[in-house]
Amino acid sequence: MTSKQKFLYFIYLHRTGLSVTGLSLALLLFPLIEDNPYTLGLTNLIAINALVVLGLNLFIGYAGQISLGHAAFFGMGAYGSAIATVTLGMPPWLAMVIVAILVALVALLIAVPILRLSGHYLAMATLGLNFVMYTVLLQWDEVTGGPSGFSGIPYLSIGDVQFDDEFRLHYLLWSFVMVSLMLCLNLVRSGVGRGLSAVAGDEVAAQALGVNTRNAKIKVFILSAVLASLAGSLFAHCYSFVSPDSFGIFTSTDMVIMVVVGGMGSIWGSLFGAALITLLPEWVDMFETYKDFVHGGILVLVLMFLPQGLVTGLIDTIKIKLALRRRKNVAS
Amino acid sequence: MSQDFLQYLFSGITIGAIYALIALGFCVVNNTMGIVNFVQVDFVSLGGMLMFSALLTAGLPMIPGLLLSVSGVALVAMLVERFGLRPARSDNHLVLIFLTVGLSIILRGIIKLVWGKNRMALPPLTPDVPVQIFGASVLPQALWILFLTVLAIGLLTWFFYRTSLGLSMRAVASNPTAAAVVGIPAGRVRLTSYAIAGALGGLAGVLVTPITTLSYDVGVLLGLKGFAAAILGGFGSFPGAILGGLGLGLLESLSAGYISSAYKDVVAFVVLLLVLFVRPKGLLGK
Repeated sequence: MTSKQKFLYFIYLHRTGLSVTGLSLALLLFPLIEDNPYTLGLTNLIAINALVVLGLNLFIGYAGQISLGHAAFFGMGAYGSAIATVTLGMPPWLAMVIVAILVALVALLIAVPILRLSGHYLAMATLGLNFVMYTVLLQWDEVTGGPSGFSGIPYLSIGDVQFDDEFRLHYLLWSFVMVSLMLCLNLVRSGVGRGLSAVAGDEVAAQALGVNTRNAKIKVFILSAVLASLAGSLFAHCYSFVSPDSFGIFTSTDMVIMVVVGGMGSIWGSLFGAALITLLPEWVDMFETYKDFVHGGILVLVLMFLPQGLVTGLIDTIKIKLALRRRKNVAS
Repeated sequence: MSQDFLQYLFSGITIGAIYALIALGFCVVNNTMGIVNFVQVDFVSLGGMLMFSALLTAGLPMIPGLLLSVSGVALVAMLVERFGLRPARSDNHLVLIFLTVGLSIILRGIIKLVWGKNRMALPPLTPDVPVQIFGASVLPQALWILFLTVLAIGLLTWFFYRTSLGLSMRAVASNPTAAAVVGIPAGRVRLTSYAIAGALGGLAGVLVTPITTLSYDVGVLLGLKGFAAAILGGFGSFPGAILGGLGLGLLESLSAGYISSAYKDVVAFVVLLLVLFVRPKGLLGK
């Protein structure tokens, strides 16, 4: 091998690690270049959504299951943290962990009976859970504040540093995202992750190869619920205000759209999908009127023409084009 | 006491009949395509909206208005299948189900643009003079709902057991591969199943919106409960859908009457989750 080939091979071999390092550096430097609080507020929102989408993508893309209710776990995290810190006076970090454990238990309770079945029962169960949670948030106003929301949630702090402006929140939120990103990237390349992709490909074949499909699906469902709950807790502490409208079934469909646009089963795509769908309203004027068309249209077009996701789909198309051209050149 | 009970019973059966209609629509599409058709939810809203336009904008009488709006929804449903789902040429269920979610968002957007976001009132089929039955007062609209639901179920049974298209649809439901081998046209079967689902959803919308109110998203909650009813009865089973719908409607109105009306909408989903824990295939599922 020449030294150039060696260098390229090194880059190819360490592509994941290098991309993660590159992204971390970019995120580290970003607030120094762009200090507009509005822009940072947007990227922070992307980070919160990305956290949910990473988990949801593991569940949809790798386990091949449908969840239309991840906003429920998101909401449980947010309201759980709010109630635990304000009403019960717990320290925020402890509250976040306890709420995440409780959400994991709820997810376990739902997953164990329902994931025995294949098909669409889980879609219904998660949708139902989302609906029940939304109604409880609206109706139980002594505890949740009802339709007018819950305010006065304290900011998170480490030592003397309080995360109360966009600049500091940027580092807090994106650290969470980068840790989860690495967790997901490593998970899908571990034995468990490969087992999961086998489940998405063909459940019977996966079983025949010795994958405990039911356990694998339950585990990844719980993992995705915990990630959503953490994102919810961060959301609550970040804005110090939550209201039921952020956690309805339409939020769940938005999250599914982020997964599909980013590419089902593509971890990096999750970041892209979360960013694109979060930023879209900023780019399109008159968005309020045509929001449904834009969201629905993107979902339908991506599924129809690039079912593997916008980025992965485009890369695949280009790869195929190049390969065809190369073969043509060889033939001629 | 027993009079209250009768009153709850009647309102439960009425709303249960609506859930049954919607649940049947879900089952028809599930049997031929193996997917959950989330657009069903918007067929319900669209039915109410078309009826509103037929009566108040075009000034048609009740019966032609009803027929026109039901067939209008069926037509829209066929368009959704032909231009929304078929071009995907995918047999990946995940892709198809998310596609119906996307189409449902688009259709809801169109309804919102055309009819606006305001709540509207749709007049009932016949004037609202309550009828006394065993001391419970029943709206004529409720009787219409029961009558037309039974009629629709009768027509559906005749279609599935007596016509060749219906028989071929049942063949596809029981074994798609074998049906394709004997030359049953898959495209026509799918198109018909969407038309039937649309007609059932539209009928439910026309019938129920005089009781609830009419708005662009009225179908979301009704449709989801119809879906819950379909799963409660065993997804894909027609008798199951009817039983599930009636059961859910009764549970809902009894719990609203005796427990709390604030959490009325939650009951459906809690019961559904419980049933899925105990008997995961639904009441009549195989």
